[in-house]
Amino acid sequence: MLPLKEKDKPIVQKLLTAGCCARCVLRFCCVSVQAAYRQAQHETLKELQTFIMEKENNKVQDSAEIKPHNTELSQTVEDPPCKKAKLDPTEAVQSETDAAAMVTLKKESSVCVVCLGILQDLCGPDQAAKIAETVKAQNYEFDTLVLSVSLPAQLCVREHSCWVHVKKEVRQKGLVLDKDDVIQVKEAFKWVMQGLVTRQLEGVAVVSKSPFEVGVEFTHPNTESDCHFLAKCCPDCFKPTKNKQSVFTRMAVVKALEKISDGKFLEHYPCPPSEQSGSCTPQDIQCLHVSVFIAGRYNKFCRSLPQTPWVIDGERRMESSVEELIAAPILSAFRADGFNFSSSGREDVDVRTLGNGRPFAMELLNPHRSRFSKVEMKQLQETINKSSEKIRVRDLQIVTREAMSRMKEGEEEKTKSYTALVWTQKSIENEDISFINDIKDLTLDQKTPLRVLHRRALAIRQRVIHSMNVRFVDSHHFYLGLKTQAGTYIKEFVHGDFGRTKPNLCQLLKTDTDILELDVEVRIVAHVKEVKGDLLCFPEQVRICLWAIQNILLYFMHKIILRQ
Amino acid sequence: MDCVEQSNADAEAPSVIDRYFTRWYRADMKGKSCEDHCILQHSNRLCVVTLAETHPILQDGRTIKSINYQISNGCSRLNNKVSGKSKRGAQFLTDFAPLCRIMCSDDTEYTIYSCIRGRLLEVNENILETPNLLLGKPATEGYIAVILPKFEESKSITENLLTREEFESVVSKRSLSQPP
Repeated sequence: MLPLKEKDKPIVQKLLTAGCCARCVLRFCCVSVQAAYRQAQHETLKELQTFIMEKENNKVQDSAEIKPHNTELSQTVEDPPCKKAKLDPTEAVQSETDAAAMVTLKKESSVCVVCLGILQDLCGPDQAAKIAETVKAQNYEFDTLVLSVSLPAQLCVREHSCWVHVKKEVRQKGLVLDKDDVIQVKEAFKWVMQGLVTRQLEGVAVVSKSPFEVGVEFTHPNTESDCHFLAKCCPDCFKPTKNKQSVFTRMAVVKALEKISDGKFLEHYPCPPSEQSGSCTPQDIQCLHVSVFIAGRYNKFCRSLPQTPWVIDGERRMESSVEELIAAPILSAFRADGFNFSSSGREDVDVRTLGNGRPFAMELLNPHRSRFSKVEMKQLQETINKSSEKIRVRDLQIVTREAMSRMKEGEEEKTKSYTALVWTQKSIENEDISFINDIKDLTLDQKTPLRVLHRRALAIRQRVIHSMNVRFVDSHHFYLGLKTQAGTYIKEFVHGDFGRTKPNLCQLLKTDTDILELDVEVRIVAHVKEVKGDLLCFPEQVRICLWAIQNILLYFMHKIILRQ
Repeated sequence: MDCVEQSNADAEAPSVIDRYFTRWYRADMKGKSCEDHCILQHSNRLCVVTLAETHPILQDGRTIKSINYQISNGCSRLNNKVSGKSKRGAQFLTDFAPLCRIMCSDDTEYTIYSCIRGRLLEVNENILETPNLLLGKPATEGYIAVILPKFEESKSITENLLTREEFESVVSKRSLSQPP
């Protein structure tokens, strides 16, 4: 039975007359017993009507007995029909109640003026079935779900109107009805729907926080203009939006309602709110899974592969890219809608990435599948590595959102190792270049290279080359190894960039030089944890040896077992 | 593991200029005989103004007495200050805007012009200290200035300029008409 008290009667009376549905009445009476909302609406309505009838009946009797009669309320509910029959012909004093009763009876099937049908026909087993159907069709993997409800902003205005309407009544009794005590439409909706949805989805719990969100949205185009008067009364709450979206967001409307005085409100808006003939329209149900984050390290072995897709004026200039090659198998395994790729630094199209590989992280958007075991991640890594010779991935793992931001950390502090193939115009011998090995901590002044000057500011950057080493190839070529500060432009150091990088290799060798190839080597970086047991940790030669030893041992063990 | 063949050895490997730039020429600038300019246009639309090999400054063993970026009372190219990605504050140049005046040892004076429209990003200050750069390496370290044309005009600025082949035919016609 409904946990209503005597003091609630005038509120119930007033709201039913105003055109509120049964559940909204319960909300304004601050009923927080969820079961009360779950029972069928018409049942609740009947109980409410009986409840207020009781008051009138008790008026006839001793008014002093009102308090003890509270407990009897629940018992007298059983014979409302008889009481009604009694009322109509005999009690002329109760004509007001009659009218009220008639009015409430008439309004049983009409749309609630506050919730516009959301707590009436729009919340029940049918909607739960629809939700369950959509969720199942989209084929997500999930243990729990959270139901998110989006209501039209004008419901706040209507709610406010009803609250003002009953405030007067309540104050007369010397009581206070705090707006915060009133149960929100959203909450009541969820109380009704959660259990129903769980049942439809074979026991999946509907909780308050979950990685999987099912969004239900309602609109009511006819009443959209209800909010507009607020823009005139509280203009500072409504900021003009650049998009074509409405200025009347829920937040802005709530803010304005907090500020506006009751008097001003009543000037512009009917109290109680106007009746509507149609209820809200439910929009398509949206399912969204929270993003999953993947991290790893990649090597690039190709000299014609950009890191991100290279598109100019809608035309693709170079086939494929590092991020697309890595993302493709991952997207299909996780059944995600899209991705964001982030890496710790980047290299040019024509530069190889060797060594342990460059750390990267990816955000997978709306993954339909989110749980992968370590073994499955290894298999996914293998799939990526088999898909292309141009890249290789290692230490692939699922990480948290923080990993994405940590990618960019420490980019400035790192030391980078490079190997460049240098061409010299004049003929050289080994002795001519050996002095380079002894150069330590050479400071360069690098003006922004011409090749990037169109999109970066003109500036002079000081960068340090910590050490170099040379490997003679022939009279016009040698390999130059460099360990430099992060952010050093290696190509410009080698060819001088029209003399805008000083000192440069041309000056050091006193001949024109040019760079033919460049490789970058990334050392172990703590950003991406090593996945233990990943044989790719070891350099190539060691790996081959281990593999050979493993196979030899297996062969002998096999033989021993056979002999026995 | 390279997937791209790199041309190894040979001293004729394409230079930085050949790899990234296209050469455009303006012959007989402002009607003055042989004052040829070479504009190096980068694939990212930046242009570097240089002297063409045929420019009188580079002929007859001349040496440079002075280079002056002060082209008028109110304007010195050295005062050009550029800030930010969009290169705000840059002096805007038209085709015939003077960049600098070069005085040679034999008291001949030459003005170098922009040849294209755009924002002046920088002028080469290295040649103020070391004028020999201009004589020895006119196409690289001896460059005059770097100009950024407007994005919309990046293709059209070359309409008034000659390609390498066209320029070479102009030059060869000159030597034919020259008195022996």
